Amino acid sequence: MKVLLSWLREFAPFEGEPQALAESMTDLGMVVEGIETVGANWDGIVVAKVLSLRKHPEADRIQLVDVDAGEGEPLQICCGAFNMAVGDLVPLATLGTVMPGGLEIARRKLRGEWSNGMICSESELELGQDHDGIMVLDGSHTVGQPLADALGHETDTLFDLDIEGNRPDALSVAGVARDLAARLGIAFALPTPSVGEVDPPASERVGIKVTAPQLCPRFGYRVLDNVSIGDSPPWMAARLTAAGMRPINSIVDISNYVMLELGQPNHTYDLDLVDGKTIGVRMGRDGEMVKTLDDVDRKVTEADGVITDGSDRVIGLAGVMGGASTEIGETTTSVVLEAAVWDRMMIAKTSRRLNLRSEASTRFERGVDPFGIELALDRFAQLAVEICGAKVATGAVTFDAAPISQPVVNVRTSKVNHLLNTELTSDDIAALLAPIGFTATPAGEGTLDVTVPSWRPDSSIEEDIVEEVGRHHGYSKSGKRVPTPTQAGGLTPAQRNRRRLRQALLGAGFSEAMPMPFLAPGDLAKVGLDVEGLALTNPLVAEESILRSTLLPGLLKAVARNESHRIEAVSLCELGRAFAQSDEELPNEFELIAGITSGYSPEATAAEVAVRALRRFCADLGLSGVQVDNAAMPGLHPTRSGSVRFRGKTIGAVGEIDPRVSEAFGVSSRVAWFQLEVAPLLAALESTPKFKAISLYPSSDIDLAFVTPNDVAATAVLRTLQSAGGATLRSVDLFDVFRSDQLGDDCRSLAFSLRFQADDRTLTDDEVAEARQKCIDAAAANHKATLR
Amino acid sequence: MGTKSVDDLQRQLQETEALATSAIEGASTTAELAAVKQDFLGKGSALTKIQSQLGGLDPSDRKAAGQAVNASRSGIEAIFGRRLTTVADEERGVQLAAERIDLTEVSTVNDQPSGHAHIVTQAWEELEDVFVGMGFRVAEGPEAETDWHNFDALNIPPDHPARDGFDTIYVQHGEPRSTLLRTHTSPVQIRAMLAQEPPIYIIAPGRVFRQDTADATHMPVFHQLEGLVIDRNISLADLAGTIEAFTESYFGAGFSSRLRPNHFPFTEPSAEFDIQRPDGSWLELGGCGMVHPNVLRAGGVDPEEWSAFAFGFGIDRLALLKFGIDDLRELFTNDMRFLQQF
Repeated sequence: MKVLLSWLREFAPFEGEPQALAESMTDLGMVVEGIETVGANWDGIVVAKVLSLRKHPEADRIQLVDVDAGEGEPLQICCGAFNMAVGDLVPLATLGTVMPGGLEIARRKLRGEWSNGMICSESELELGQDHDGIMVLDGSHTVGQPLADALGHETDTLFDLDIEGNRPDALSVAGVARDLAARLGIAFALPTPSVGEVDPPASERVGIKVTAPQLCPRFGYRVLDNVSIGDSPPWMAARLTAAGMRPINSIVDISNYVMLELGQPNHTYDLDLVDGKTIGVRMGRDGEMVKTLDDVDRKVTEADGVITDGSDRVIGLAGVMGGASTEIGETTTSVVLEAAVWDRMMIAKTSRRLNLRSEASTRFERGVDPFGIELALDRFAQLAVEICGAKVATGAVTFDAAPISQPVVNVRTSKVNHLLNTELTSDDIAALLAPIGFTATPAGEGTLDVTVPSWRPDSSIEEDIVEEVGRHHGYSKSGKRVPTPTQAGGLTPAQRNRRRLRQALLGAGFSEAMPMPFLAPGDLAKVGLDVEGLALTNPLVAEESILRSTLLPGLLKAVARNESHRIEAVSLCELGRAFAQSDEELPNEFELIAGITSGYSPEATAAEVAVRALRRFCADLGLSGVQVDNAAMPGLHPTRSGSVRFRGKTIGAVGEIDPRVSEAFGVSSRVAWFQLEVAPLLAALESTPKFKAISLYPSSDIDLAFVTPNDVAATAVLRTLQSAGGATLRSVDLFDVFRSDQLGDDCRSLAFSLRFQADDRTLTDDEVAEARQKCIDAAAANHKATLR
Repeated sequence: MGTKSVDDLQRQLQETEALATSAIEGASTTAELAAVKQDFLGKGSALTKIQSQLGGLDPSDRKAAGQAVNASRSGIEAIFGRRLTTVADEERGVQLAAERIDLTEVSTVNDQPSGHAHIVTQAWEELEDVFVGMGFRVAEGPEAETDWHNFDALNIPPDHPARDGFDTIYVQHGEPRSTLLRTHTSPVQIRAMLAQEPPIYIIAPGRVFRQDTADATHMPVFHQLEGLVIDRNISLADLAGTIEAFTESYFGAGFSSRLRPNHFPFTEPSAEFDIQRPDGSWLELGGCGMVHPNVLRAGGVDPEEWSAFAFGFGIDRLALLKFGIDDLRELFTNDMRFLQQF
């Protein structure tokens, strides 16, 4: 909403710097987003009197004008206009003046004659479009007086306000002025237009028939005759332009002007084009069509309110846009002027359905003042008389669907002071509310009955009134204090551990990515999942229409993106939520953590890199018992992938991404991957490991190398050793894998180092030998492993 | 033995000293020195043999002879010690020269750099820490949310025009339009109220979703932080004070805050809060207000017994501001060069 300071001043005598006014408006919640100076600067332009007119000796199209500019000596001016006479008062731009158009006036010679200034036209003063000659001033003015003083001209200030949805009243110059005047404690008054009327009365000229009272709580109209349509006067055109509306013709401009000034949208019909001289209001019917003012044929539905003529034909969409068939044109002489109140929801639905938002529909949606109709009709009529020479038929006709009463809200002084941290009395509250139209009357001890003004449809409960009191008292007067919770702040164990999970991945060299959680329809199939992802009803684009159930596509796309920018070494991780179908009220939502790497370790396979990263991650967190078992996992290289098992459950996958999958996402390198469910990890991290005393006795180390068939997993042998080693086995580590021709294609040697130690004694050689033999026997029995 | 024997011994000692000195000076490595030491001071050395002959001397000569042997031993040891220091220093000099490394040649180009937390996560955790320090706990809720929690319970009934402004993304689950991707973190307010009795002091950072085309200031997925305080006698002053304390703690000394009226369906009175930088300029940060009684009732909280304030703002924007990034999309390219910067 753009408002001119000069226009605001028509309602209240605002003074002071525009910046200070802007701060007050912002503090009232009408946020000033911009302040702009508009209007021509006339500094240096004075009133001058024509003393004599002489022919230029060398030119026919220029004459020499001697003027008195109040400096005693006459000044010779060369002038290209001939529409002045001796004795006329004219505007003179003196030497040094910078004209509104940017031209600087200097003493110069024209065809050998000096010109000591410039006599100005209206267009040069930016007063109008009239280029025919210079401006001759009406009336008597003092010679030498600044022109701006003589004509009462001043530059204007344009405020650009951000008006919130709850303040339809502030979508008008008058509404802004009312709020601002109240804050500044100055008098505010609405215009009181007086309209001369002629018979026959409007009610006899045009009939009204409302058959949808739920759509139209109030409807009013006037009839104007003898209307002559032309351009609107410069001042009106200038104001509309400043407010962001294009001047069209005098009647349309008056309509917009009244809407901007008072907030009441209104509509004009060429009466001669209204069949049957009757205006009807009813709900639309499926199949009906109407051509709106923007020349678009639109379908009407049963949910739309429509305006009809005497033949029940649709001639407009109620509150949204008028119809082309009754549009005001140059030949229009009689006008029906409508001002109505429409149901907010119906207007909202129609304008949404048609994607047709107008200045009118915006105001109707938010709620216009139901009792603003009469003033708007009168103001329009007054301006039409002044500008278009209109004759106004007697009476403004109004239709009321039902009596409208204003809500009365019981407000407790204690509630106001409690919420605002103030110590206001009932009188203080009433005094703050009165200037913005809320009337408060005492209603028993410490309470007020506050009647909400008709232009504030947003206000209906006690807290709404508290906000009004707060706004006008000033939010800053509530002060600042910090509440003191009786609890200690903190993160839950899960929240703390989630940070640890992320930190562990960062420590392992993964940088945190944030891919979008939306996938394209085929993405899940591409990574080997045959589940149907949870679909979005209204995705922005089809490529983002499925919610992820795995982090793989998002992170793989991120690798592809890096690769395409020639960043070959990539290591990314993510901890985020994924989704799956469910029969519950909400979809199944679960957290996943994943790491993806390519290009860092040329000497190791991606599968090895993945397993190492996973092990390091688990070791960092102190999670023991995370098992990797060879298994073909969806999306992963079938012979280079494994399942991750923890506490008896599969909680993820690890390995190399299937090259075919990588390719499908545009990645050419081999990619290491692991992904785990977060919930089991968080659960495990909840329990704190207990201290284990460190043995003071020496340990004994032995190495065992087994020739083992290839199809026996190394971890299987390791687990066998772990259980066979007995209570004194402290650790088992696989430290070497060896293949050779001697061993053959089917086997490889697995070398383990085992450490034995007791808490209470030094182990004897016999004890260690016995444990060693048990390990060898168990490996042989379970895995056909033979000691090398 | 007689005097001759003592003289003899003296002569032997002088010879031995002369031989030892020559051998020590002739040794040029610590290994050679060790061998020389063994030869002249060790078990089989001449000196040790002489010492073993002392028992055969006349008792009157024995003392003087013993002193003479010891003097010789000390003399040889001293020469040895000086020579060892010299030789060891020379050897160390050679070793150090051989071991020289130009530290400026060290390259990390093939090392895997350590990982970096996303700057949204950095801001998120920093914000959590600030509010935890002020006595808040961190609440969570689902990203796929019910229409009721996201709208109805927040005083935005069906068909309310305000719903249009949220550009909601709906999920195909249950009844049509019953499930959505939460458009703000405010539904966590409702979940927190339904889960616990007041007083409540929580923040809820989280991921939110809008049907927005990505541009410099919009993303379909972004992050917000919600705050909710419910207690007895909570007022606008508590809200302003909390915002101010947060401002000082997060932004630093010299930053302050103000509230100015605004409108939200879920708060009444409502406000926008701005942060003033030390240079006097203002930054619009977020929305806030006293929780609307309808919202408290939806959460099962009696608005006559308790009052509440809530606030919310974007996390991503704080990350942008902190690092001087002017395009929101930069945060979500997942480009290693971006992620490794912070």
